[in-house]
Amino acid sequence: MSWTEVGPLADIPNKGSRVLETPDGNVAVFRTAGDEVFALYDQCPHKAGPLSQGIVYDKRVACPLHNWVIDMESGEATGPDEGCTRTFETKVEDGVIFISL
Amino acid sequence: MREKLVLIGNGMAGVRTLEELLKLAPEKYDITVFGEEPYGNYNRIMLSPVLAGEKTIDEIMINDLQWYEDNNITLHAGKKVTEIDRVNRRVIADDGTVEEYDRLLLATGSRPFILPLPGADLPGVISFRDIKDVDTMLETSKSRKRAVVIGGGLLGLEAANGLMLQGMDVTVVHISGILMNQQLDESASDLMLEELQAKGMKFLMNHATESISGDDWVKKIHFKDGTELDTDLVVMAVGIRPNTELAESAGIHAERGIVVDDTMQTFDPTIYSVGECVQHRNQTFGLVAPLFEQAKVCANHLAKMGIARYISTVTSTKLKVTGIDLFSAGDFNGDEDSEDLVFKDAARRVYKKLVIKNDKLIGVVLYGDTVDGTWYFQLMKDETDVSDIRENMLFGQHHIGDSGHGAANSTDNLPDDAEICGCNGVCKGDITSAIAEHSLFTLDEVKAHTKASASCGSCAGLVEQILASELGSDFNDTPSKKALCGCTDMSHDEVKTAIKQQELKTIPQLMDALEWQNEDGCHVCRPALNYYMLSSWPNEYNDDPQSRFINERVHANIQKDGTYSVVPRIWGGVTNPRELRAIADISDKYEVPTVKITGGQRIDLLGVKKDDLPKMWADLSSAGFVSGHAYGKSLRTVKTCVGSEWCRFGTQDSTGLGIKVEKMTWGSWTPHKFKIAVSGCPRNCAEATIKDIGVVCVDSGYELHVGGNGGIKVRATDFLCKVDTEEEAMEYIAAYMQLYREEGHYLERTAPWIERVGLKHVQSLVVDDEANRKALAERFYESQENAQDDPWAEHAAKHKENYIPIKQVS
Repeated sequence: MSWTEVGPLADIPNKGSRVLETPDGNVAVFRTAGDEVFALYDQCPHKAGPLSQGIVYDKRVACPLHNWVIDMESGEATGPDEGCTRTFETKVEDGVIFISL
Repeated sequence: MREKLVLIGNGMAGVRTLEELLKLAPEKYDITVFGEEPYGNYNRIMLSPVLAGEKTIDEIMINDLQWYEDNNITLHAGKKVTEIDRVNRRVIADDGTVEEYDRLLLATGSRPFILPLPGADLPGVISFRDIKDVDTMLETSKSRKRAVVIGGGLLGLEAANGLMLQGMDVTVVHISGILMNQQLDESASDLMLEELQAKGMKFLMNHATESISGDDWVKKIHFKDGTELDTDLVVMAVGIRPNTELAESAGIHAERGIVVDDTMQTFDPTIYSVGECVQHRNQTFGLVAPLFEQAKVCANHLAKMGIARYISTVTSTKLKVTGIDLFSAGDFNGDEDSEDLVFKDAARRVYKKLVIKNDKLIGVVLYGDTVDGTWYFQLMKDETDVSDIRENMLFGQHHIGDSGHGAANSTDNLPDDAEICGCNGVCKGDITSAIAEHSLFTLDEVKAHTKASASCGSCAGLVEQILASELGSDFNDTPSKKALCGCTDMSHDEVKTAIKQQELKTIPQLMDALEWQNEDGCHVCRPALNYYMLSSWPNEYNDDPQSRFINERVHANIQKDGTYSVVPRIWGGVTNPRELRAIADISDKYEVPTVKITGGQRIDLLGVKKDDLPKMWADLSSAGFVSGHAYGKSLRTVKTCVGSEWCRFGTQDSTGLGIKVEKMTWGSWTPHKFKIAVSGCPRNCAEATIKDIGVVCVDSGYELHVGGNGGIKVRATDFLCKVDTEEEAMEYIAAYMQLYREEGHYLERTAPWIERVGLKHVQSLVVDDEANRKALAERFYESQENAQDDPWAEHAAKHKENYIPIKQVS
């Protein structure tokens, strides 16, 4: 597995997200209340809303466009909504985030 | 080791409790269930459609046997528990099965009351309660012709209707002169009687049964007045009685039902009880909604969270008997101190009666047109002062200064492809099939599965009608109070009170003190709590950007493609060539694809990329602009007409006043967006009478109008008062806005707020009580002291990193 450096964990707000720009589109990198890091392709499975702009709680994010709630571990929509967005593996070493693209 | 939970009674209330418990504490118990009937758990209120041939037994199953297996629940179907051994904490069934328990849940339900008449035990005399009864009815209808139903209540009429649809000749015998006398008054009953008679149902009203006769099968029914009737089937539907024998045999205190406290605990602290078998504060239960609430409370205590209380409140009944719309709630007969508002249109078969006491609605009966039932019920629960709307309220919510979007009043005759929810394009057929497929019971569940009424909510009444018509029977979908979100059982008002009383000053502190069920809250409660903190502790609370919706976090409006719109503030809608040139130059510089004039007299720059926002704001800032807050739950715009400065009809300087009002109110956060307008004369070119507050200038002063809305439901304002000077107008506006900031629920516009609390309430605090008005206005000015720093200038200078990618990789 090859790891790409994203940046310091401290650069992402707690319960927030920043965007990683890649040639294949944006990846939303999330930091939870417990400082866990998750990464999702930055498009909601519903209408492609930017998940990076949503409200983060537990291991979930609510899409800013129509409030679909996406589980950050699986990328799956929760509740009765159905759909899935791509997930990426991440790790944090010495306060720096790495992602496997 | 896990504790053992045993449930006696495999019905809706008991199993719902298990479902709620599994959500809260899936690993806590080893669960065992005893059910007398040899099935999984089915939806008893759907038996009527089964009898009518509209549904099959399979279709009304809620939890099939697989569900029990999936959740590791041991199901003893077809076994009857005959003994509870409280000393050794175990239960014993009729076949000798023994199960031990740490906690026992009694959900033994109710049984039909069988009149103690001679001949009541004859074959062919049955009740209408379970699948077996339905089977008997269906079987009998194949070979025999005549049926008598004793009892003209809800259940009796549904049985009668089903039997009629199966081809039988049905007579309903009722002891009083009013059908469904628990739900209807005489006028509504008379309309229903006519309508059912026209369908072929026969009635013997005011008839008491004396005996039933026959040899090996029922043949005749005899009445107290000496008359008699030949029949091949007698269905008794005269009411239900809580099933308490088992509990009583074990020495558990029962009166009419098994007595429980507010936590659903019986007199034995290891034993809980829910459903139709219980008696809570002298009340017994027969409708679904209270049972579901009991299930929630009971599960909370079984999970040892210990925070929920069951509070029974007024219930409403929205129901379908044989295709007739009915709604009733509260005390619909009234007393000598109450007044009735009555509407009757016999030709259309519409009847409405509202019972009012002390200016509050206390009872409702609706027949034929029930679309406003939910609204009336809300007015009852909120105890709204209805004196201001009483002349129109009988005609429905649409007639309270409101024209809606022209939805139908009844879903009955709509085809499956009729669109119900215009926001999300959901048709009637989508809703009916979701209800059947996913066993949905409540409006919230329909919202979650279909998105119908999940956006603007104006079709909620129609969706409820569909729900009632699909579920049939005595369905009730009105929770006694609305929880703020799924993280808590507390309502908006309860949370707000707790913030003040317990001096909760941060969101984590609040979630801890009020035992929030999710540690981080959710996207529904966090923005609400952030607002309540801000409004409760102005100049003290540290705003939490992560608890704000994206628009308020980045001070721009997110668009469908992820770009943003930028709206600079243009005070009172008055601008000049220099400002316009600056906007034009900045639009060129950032290649703004669309420039549009908004409904609120501002200029909207659409399609701006997120990383351009801070740069653009810096440029706008140096040209003298501040944020227009077109994205916030806050003061939006003050719309004006040109007024006395130019207009030949203008009576006052409406533009000047509008600019002053905007300078006073901009930057303030409110429960929902807040719009103001000032018109220079009663021609009202600024459309002030559909704003949250509107000023209409007249020659002698300034009229203030409140609670208007031009959106989802058009609502014209209510007249608050008239004042003489600009200064007074400003003070009243500040006081009114502050009252809304303090009392409104998050995401509640002023229009529904005023309908909830009543105009009188607002007038008494803002107009009649001068000291209070001044205090309110003072609190508004204080909270504005630190609110009028331009967020754009600040973000452009300090928070640029919020707007750019953390990194680019190639």
